[in-house]
Amino acid sequence: MTAAVTGELLDALPEAPAVWCSGLRKRYGSRAAVEDVSFEVRRGEVVGLLGPNGAGKTTVIKSLLGLVHPDAGEVVLLGRPVTDPAARARVGYLPELFRYQPWLTAAEVLALHVRLAGVGAGAQEQRECLALVGLGDRAGDRVGTFSKGMQQRLGLAVALVARPELVVLDEPTSALDPLGRADVRDVVMALRARGVAVLLNSHLIGEVERVCDRVVILDRGRVAASGTLAELLGQREVRLELTGVSPAAQARMAVLGRVERSGDWFTLALPADDDGDAVPDLVRDLAALGARVHAVEPSRISLEERLLGILREGADARAGAAR
Amino acid sequence: MSAARTALVVAALTLREASRRRVLLAVAVLTTVLLALSGWGFSRLAAEAASGGITSGEARLAASQILNLVMFGFSLIAALGTAFLAGPTLSGETESGIALSVLARPVRRSAFLLGKWLGLVAFGSGFIVLAGLAQVLLVRATADYWPPHPATALALLAAQTVVLLTLTTLLATAVSPMASGVVAIGLFGATWVAGVVGGLGDALGNEGLARVGDVSRMLLPTDGLWRGAMNAFQDPSVFAQIGLSDVQAFPFLSAAPLTATYLAWSALWVAMVGGLAALSFARKDL
Repeated sequence: MTAAVTGELLDALPEAPAVWCSGLRKRYGSRAAVEDVSFEVRRGEVVGLLGPNGAGKTTVIKSLLGLVHPDAGEVVLLGRPVTDPAARARVGYLPELFRYQPWLTAAEVLALHVRLAGVGAGAQEQRECLALVGLGDRAGDRVGTFSKGMQQRLGLAVALVARPELVVLDEPTSALDPLGRADVRDVVMALRARGVAVLLNSHLIGEVERVCDRVVILDRGRVAASGTLAELLGQREVRLELTGVSPAAQARMAVLGRVERSGDWFTLALPADDDGDAVPDLVRDLAALGARVHAVEPSRISLEERLLGILREGADARAGAAR
Repeated sequence: MSAARTALVVAALTLREASRRRVLLAVAVLTTVLLALSGWGFSRLAAEAASGGITSGEARLAASQILNLVMFGFSLIAALGTAFLAGPTLSGETESGIALSVLARPVRRSAFLLGKWLGLVAFGSGFIVLAGLAQVLLVRATADYWPPHPATALALLAAQTVVLLTLTTLLATAVSPMASGVVAIGLFGATWVAGVVGGLGDALGNEGLARVGDVSRMLLPTDGLWRGAMNAFQDPSVFAQIGLSDVQAFPFLSAAPLTATYLAWSALWVAMVGGLAALSFARKDL
């Protein structure tokens, strides 16, 4: 079957995921960089790729874009196999190593990428894209005169300029100040609102936690965990400091689920389907039952704690296997 | 995006790089200096002939040899220029990361490479043809010498540049920018020296030495094409004046025009090495 026929058949299927990869493997010499990595990014979804240095995140991203040839595995981008260059027609990419032709101006870099992508984004659209990343007044300046932060902003504009349906951002805020990071967050949110899928690799876990719908955690080239934030982080909890707790008030708390007591502090696990009413309702009822409420502290295990936990479990398991 | 369109966009980008990085300017300044110096030399030669210091036949022989010498200078500039441009523009871009965002676009790597090659071909051949033509016109104006086949000669010089930059392109897909330039220039120089050694072998009737030149001209056709170009620049009466064996021994004269077989081999060589470069670049992990 020819690539063209395959492409037509794939086009006829219901909308394919933005990214689908299965069984990716890549070795550099004797070192395995990526081992059996499979995941998908659905349309309009923001997925975070997390993991320590050397976990294989950038190799996975480059394999998805056809920049690195995996030893095994399949990649389908927006419904087309990545071996067909047309699969990348609606993909925007900001590499971890962001460098653009220093002899071109920012506007010329965008024009080049629009031509290479073969999309009809006009000059006005390109100017708006530069303005969006804060380079509107530097469009005519040579890239060689840009700071690292400005080059990374330009890279973001390059990733966004050719009307992408999938945007891959590899450490998009590594050279940016806090303001720039907030801008990137806003851009990712805006992309999701427009139904554009985003694959985000970032060391800044807080950033990932704020914008991502799902997270894939890589450790030593393997998927150590993946899922929605709620799935990965488990149930939320609430800690209450109470005095004058009657048996009726205790029974009211037990309705929600498991209750742990330490002195005047009560820790309650909140139900998974809580839509935000459980805590205010509880506080109202406890007060009505005569309990004095001194403090209410909602708490949740952070993504950082969960990530560290997963990585430590992996290290312990390896140490156990070695013994 | 079609492969042809990609190649044209990348070729235009490569030419713009050569211009913006002041390579064009540097080459233009060097060429002007060389043209001015040779213009002065040729006018001195004409003055000597006019004052009766040398015969008109000797003047033509000298003009013919010096023309070849100056053309060698130009081909060296073209070789150095394209070799040191091909390295940074290809392996330099993959090393620095510039190629990452470009090759993540819907472009075939072979089309990208073809574009780079076409840009370099336009730059290198354009330079050699323009500079060579200026030189030939200058010699006509100052020393009243017009080579027998100037168009063939300039085309062969351009072909020599194409051969060398195809080699540099292959090297640039595999090794660092600096190494690719150095190795290409080294091989270019070594082939020229082997050609001179082979010429001496021919003149002395030593088959072993002569074979050195033949083999090197097959492995890298730069020297063979250069000898063809020299033959088309030089005055045919040179053989009558100094004899075939002396012509063979002299590095800036060439005994015979190129055969069609050799030209076909050169074209095949470019296609093979270019294909190898495309294969090597397509398999590269960026």
